[in-house]
Formats: sequence, C-alpha cells, structure tokens
Amino acid sequence: MYRIIKRNQIADNIYEFWINAPHVTKTGRAGQFVVIRIDEHGERIPLTISATKGEDVRIVFMAVGKTTQQLAALEEGESIRDIAGPLGTPSEVKKWGRCAVIGGGVGIACLPILARELKAAGNEVTGIIGARNEGLLLLEDELREACDELVICTDDGSKGHHGYPADILKEMVADKALDAVWIIGPAIMMKITSFATLDTDVRTFVSLNPIMVDGTGMCGSCRVTIGGETKFACVDGPEFDAHQVDWDELMNRQRTYTGQEKESLEHYHEHKCECGEHQ
Amino acid sequence: MNRRLPEERLQDFKEVATGLPEQTAVLEALRCMGCPRPLCVDGCPVSIDIPGFINAIADEDFRTAARIIKQDNMLPAICGRVCPQEAQCQGTCILGKKDKPVRIGALERFVADWERENGVEPPQTAPATGKRVAVVGSGPAGITAASECLRAGHQVTIFESLHEAGGVLTYGIPAFRMPKDIVRFEIEQVLALGAELHLNHIVGRSVPVDELLAYDAVFIGTGAGLPYFMSIEGENFSGVYSANEFLTRVNLMHADRFPEFDTPVIRGSRVAVIGGGNVAMDSARVARRLGAQVYLIYRRREEDLPARQEEVENAIQEGVEFVCCANPTRILGGPEVQGIECTRMDMCECDESGRPVPRPCTGEGSTFTLDVDVVIEAIGQGPNPLLAGLIPGLKRGRRGNIEVDEDGRTSIPHVFAGGDIATGAATVIWAMGSAKKAAAAINQMLADTDSE
Ligand SMILES: Cc1cc2nc3c(=O)[nH]c(=O)nc-3n(C[C@H](O)[C@H](O)[C@H](O)COP(=O)(O)OP(=O)(O)OC[C@H]3O[C@@H](n4cnc5c(N)ncnc54)[C@H](O)[C@@H]3O)c2cc1C
Ligand code: SF4
Repeated sequence: MYRIIKRNQIADNIYEFWINAPHVTKTGRAGQFVVIRIDEHGERIPLTISATKGEDVRIVFMAVGKTTQQLAALEEGESIRDIAGPLGTPSEVKKWGRCAVIGGGVGIACLPILARELKAAGNEVTGIIGARNEGLLLLEDELREACDELVICTDDGSKGHHGYPADILKEMVADKALDAVWIIGPAIMMKITSFATLDTDVRTFVSLNPIMVDGTGMCGSCRVTIGGETKFACVDGPEFDAHQVDWDELMNRQRTYTGQEKESLEHYHEHKCECGEHQ
Repeated sequence: MNRRLPEERLQDFKEVATGLPEQTAVLEALRCMGCPRPLCVDGCPVSIDIPGFINAIADEDFRTAARIIKQDNMLPAICGRVCPQEAQCQGTCILGKKDKPVRIGALERFVADWERENGVEPPQTAPATGKRVAVVGSGPAGITAASECLRAGHQVTIFESLHEAGGVLTYGIPAFRMPKDIVRFEIEQVLALGAELHLNHIVGRSVPVDELLAYDAVFIGTGAGLPYFMSIEGENFSGVYSANEFLTRVNLMHADRFPEFDTPVIRGSRVAVIGGGNVAMDSARVARRLGAQVYLIYRRREEDLPARQEEVENAIQEGVEFVCCANPTRILGGPEVQGIECTRMDMCECDESGRPVPRPCTGEGSTFTLDVDVVIEAIGQGPNPLLAGLIPGLKRGRRGNIEVDEDGRTSIPHVFAGGDIATGAATVIWAMGSAKKAAAAINQMLADTDSE
C-alpha cells in the first residue's frame, strides 16, 4: 500500500497527487512513468512522473475515465494498492543548447521535471503550454520557475497567445532558435505540433501514450511503429523521434476499448449510487 | 486424471482435472513394480525418488510420501499439475511399454493436495548466517532458489516487478489448469521461511544495479516474458494480441469478470490462435471460456503439437478447432481485425528434432482465409531483456539469454541465474531444477567465504 501524501485539484477536473514511493523516487527521472493500480479490482494504468521530492512522487491526471475518477475521489492519507516504477527509458537529457518543452492539456504536467533536468544540463529552456481555455492550464508558476521563459497559449484566447503551441514553435524554428524540442500531450496534438520541425535539424521528441498492461515489456499491448519497426513504448520509449511515429496506428490502437471504457464508467457510477461510498 | 465435463467447464475457470480420490491413488500406487533401476527417476528433471514416494502411498503413509517428494521438489502441487509427464517420468516408466504407465503426475498432485489439507510440515532450516541473497523474479525459478537459500540460513529478499508473485504461474497459466489459491499457498510456504518479498519493484529501475550487486549473492530468475510477433501485415490492428497480453488480462487482471474488474479484453466472436504449444492451448481455451468460436492455427501436423498431450485433448474436448499445416501470412481488416489469411504447408523431410519441416504450398488453393475478429499470437517468448542488459559484464547469448554454466554461475562471480532467463522458454520443472542447482552453488560459495 502506498500513501497519498498530498492531493490538490490544480485545474478544471485535473488533480495532482503526491504518493509515497521511495522505490520510484530513488532513480526516477524525466521521461519515465509509473504504473498504478488503485485496489484489488483495479486496472494497471501508466502515469508520467511529473516531479519527485524526497520519497514522494507526483502524478497528475484528468478525471475522465473510471480509474481516474475513482482516483480523484481518494483523500489525503488514504492509500493505493500498487505503484510500480520508474518504468521506461529516461529522456535524452544532455547539453543540446536551446531547448523547448511543449505541453498540451494534462501533458503540461510532464514538463517541470524535464525542464529542470535540461536546465541542470546547461540548456536554455523555453516552456510552451497550451490548453483549450484558461481553466485547463496548470503548473504555470512552477514552470515559470523551471524554465528560462514560459509562453502560454489557449485555443479560445482566454489567456496568453490566442492559438496553439505549434504557432510559437514555428516562430522559434524560423528564427533558428532551437536545437531540441519535447512535445507532450494528446496524440493528435503531438502529431500536428511536430509538423513544425519536419525537414529541420531540430531533434523532436514526443512521449507516446498507448494502452499498457504490465508496463515492463511482457505483453506488447503498447507496441507502436517507429520508422517502420515495431517498438514497445514501455521499454524502448515512451519517448521517440516524432517524425518516425505512425500516428494513425497509435490513435487507432488507443481507441480499442472505447466501448468498454464507457461501460466501466457506467458500472462505477451505478455501483457508487448503490453503496453510497467513494463519493 | 479425472476431468470435469467439457460443457460444464466451459462455463467457468475452475480446475478441469479433479484429482484422484484416496482409494484410487492407493490402487494406482500399487501398480508400481518398484523397479530396482527405476527409469522414471531418469525421466524426472529433478530426480524425485519416485518409487519411494509411490511406495509410501501404497502403504497409505501420505506424510512420508510428501516428505520424500519435498526432498527434491518444493512445489509438488504445481508440478503435479503442469509438468509434461508423458515426456518425462511417465514417458520412461517401464509399465508404459506394454500397458499404461503409472500415473505419477496424478500421484504427485494427490500427495501435495493431501498435505495442503492436512497441514504442511515446515522444512528444517539452518541457523542464520547473516548473509544476504537477492532473488530477482518470483516465478518457479526465483521461488525455488529463495527456498533453498532460506533453508541454508541466509537472509533472502525477493524482488518482483508485478503486483503479484508467481511469474507465469500467476499471469500466464490459466486458473482452470493452475488454481491461483494453490500458487499463492505454495509461495506462502516459502515466504513463511522468512523471505522478504518486494512487489512492484523492477530490478534495474526501482532497485539500481549497484544496489543489487551489493548483496552477497544474487539469483536472477526473470523469465522469458518478451513476446515474439510474426511480423506479418496487419499485426498492429486493434484485436491482435500477444498470448502474454491476452492471458495477463484474464489471469492476472481478471478481465473475464469485467466490469466488476476494471481491465477489459475484447470478447471476439471468432478467434484465431497462432501456435501449437502450451501457451497456444491456454489462449485457445481461455477464448472458448469467453464465448468465442476458436481456431488454432499450427504450421505442422496435429501429432507434432509441442503442447502437453493432456492439454491438447482438453482443447479438443472443449471445441477448439485445429487448423494444422497452415501458416498465417496476413491479418485482414483495419483498424479492427476482420480475418486472417493463411498458406497451406507441405510436410517435408524431418529435421534433427525428428519433426517434418513445413514448407509453404504453391499454386491454386494454397491460400485460404478465416473470418475472425481477434488474433492471438502464441509463437514463443524471448528472455526478459530489461535487467540482463543493464548489468555491465554479464555475458549473454545470441538471443539475449543469460549465459550460465551447469551450476547456474554467470560471468560475474557472485551472480547466478536460472529458469527461462538462462534456458529460454522451457518448463516449470526445468526452471526449478536449474534454480536448485544455482542455489546449491550459492550456498556453497557463501559457506566457503565464511570459512576463509
Ligand atoms: C501460458 C503458459 C503456459 C505454460 N504452460 C506450462 C506447462 O503446462 N508446463 C510447464 O512445465 N511449463 C509451462 N510453461 C512454461 C513455464 O511457465 C516457464 O518455463 C516457467 O514459469 C519459467 O519460470 P521462471 O521462474 O524462469 O520465469 P517466470 O515464471 O517467467 O517468472 C519470472 C518473474 O520475474 C519477474 N521479473 C522479470 N524481470 C524482472 C525485474 N527486472 N525485476 C523484478 N522482477 C522481474 C517477472 O515479472 C516474473 O514474475 C508455460 C508458460 C506459459 C507462458
Ligand atoms: S518406472 Fe514406473 S514402475 Fe518403475 S518405479 Fe518408476 S513408476 Fe514404478
């Protein structure tokens, strides 16, 4: 059992949890993730390591599906059954020169640890974060501190640049002000944003989020096609060269259980009403 | 072995084989001739004193029978259920030449089940040595190594990356063949000897390599968990599973009870399973229990199937349709699976293993398609790559397996390995046998360093 040390709602329907997991924090680095399971009946879901402090690891999630809604309903001091990690290969942190870290939606949560590591390796780091509207932005203050510069975008113009992180990225590419960029967010956002660096020599990383079960390379559920080759996102990734990714395949595979996910959520809400617990 | 009726067992995941009643077991034991040079013992990878324990059953002294088995095999309730006895002890039993061999596997299981119900005698352990042994992986290899080192008085820490111990016994072999409460019980016996078990700990990640190597001795039993894929077109469509994924979803995560359990699995109406080993049989039989019509596609002839004979019979009884001498070439559909295209295979001259080499037929009628909505590939697994690749100086074979000598020694003096990570995907009893040898070498090494 692993205790929830701190729980905060940090944006509309988005939560940060700090969980005590010394085995994860010991070596956990940017780009890696954990797999959690809430209880005996739970599924195993991967969540990126957003930050670590002492023996606590931070995860950030939007409460959209059954598991994330159930997680959001837990209180400080309560525990989750399992947390395994750190999993995956760490980000390629080295002295690149000028870097940008781009987050879309909950993907923003992956940036603080990455920005700090990149800074520590001597890079100049620009953060670019985007969300549909102001209410969905997160971790602004923390990122302002972790990055040299932070640009905020909203689709509806409610805060910062009225538009997408891709717009800012294009400008930076045009100004030749960039050596490496990380784009983290929903698959479609990563795909479209990464067009900005096509045919340039800006190294472009994305963090893929396919469906996983064990997260340790034993099931192949998370297989993705990178440059025509099958890779397991859980051990070979989750970060890959954006321009080599077969995006359509990734998005198709992500939709495999759409029907069951809905069913699971409905079952959860029915059950919740019956027993009156877990509100 | 007595089995439940197929119609009944397709309704649940309860054990298929029901085990021998006491009287039947005693009668079966009385069939053994007590050969002076028992061939069955040669057939057993861990050389259990088979005539010895059978003789005790015949005397109705089940406690002694259990004691005799446990001298060589710590997990008899498991081996009695999943060992390919027809290729081992029962295959060499002299009675099998004219009549049926003694049902050694069923007797082993009988003794183990009797002992579980009547109270297990804890094995004797040596006084504490203060030496620390790390065991990586809690499959049959890891559990066996742990128990041997514990009995020698060492302090043992087991690391397991999943949230449950047992390795393939837990996530791979379905409950209708290997009930999970029995796996748990056997593991608890070992933990009761004082092992510390850390679940959710991936060695090489949660436990850094230098921390691992700081133990006085290390046993690596990380198994062959890396699923191979065929590399055919359409393989990444939704609805194509590795057997490992399909079985893990059901056995470890209980997707058969979705939505009561959160993990889903596609319940195909028509499922193609590719392969002919135990893993393929298990996948096919699980898919049948989830309500699908199931085709099992195998490259060679039915008589070449490498799976345990008993499980092939079970699969046939449960209505799995065998499509032999056929090789899948393409998965049709997109983004969901709609069918599978296969080529018929000709059986040619035999290879060294004595099995005919399959070669694709050509010309008219040499390909055919099956309409299916789920494909499960059970064509084999490779050594788990994660940890072995992270230890500097650890020698590995061509396929990524850890190289060991006869006693499980690796290229690093205090690091040992056994089970599937060393041999490649094999069997439970081979994993246990190799782990036992490695543990003996560890115990010897630790005793020697003490006396220096
Ligand atoms: C579906 C299926 C059916 C089978 N049926 C039979 C049968 O009927 N009869 C038979 O004899 N054999 C059968 N086998 C083969 C048999 O199960 C294996 O040979 C045996 O389990 C190997 O044991 P092991 O301990 O070496 O590895 P495993 O059982 O694979 O255990 C390895 C363990 O190590 C853990 N691990 C891996 N990496 C790490 C790490 N870095 N840190 C921590 N832990 C780690 C894994 O999570 C796993 O729990 C079957 C196999 C499968 C897949
Ligand atoms: S070979 Fe058969 S008859 Fe002979 S001792 Fe073994 S089990 Fe008994």
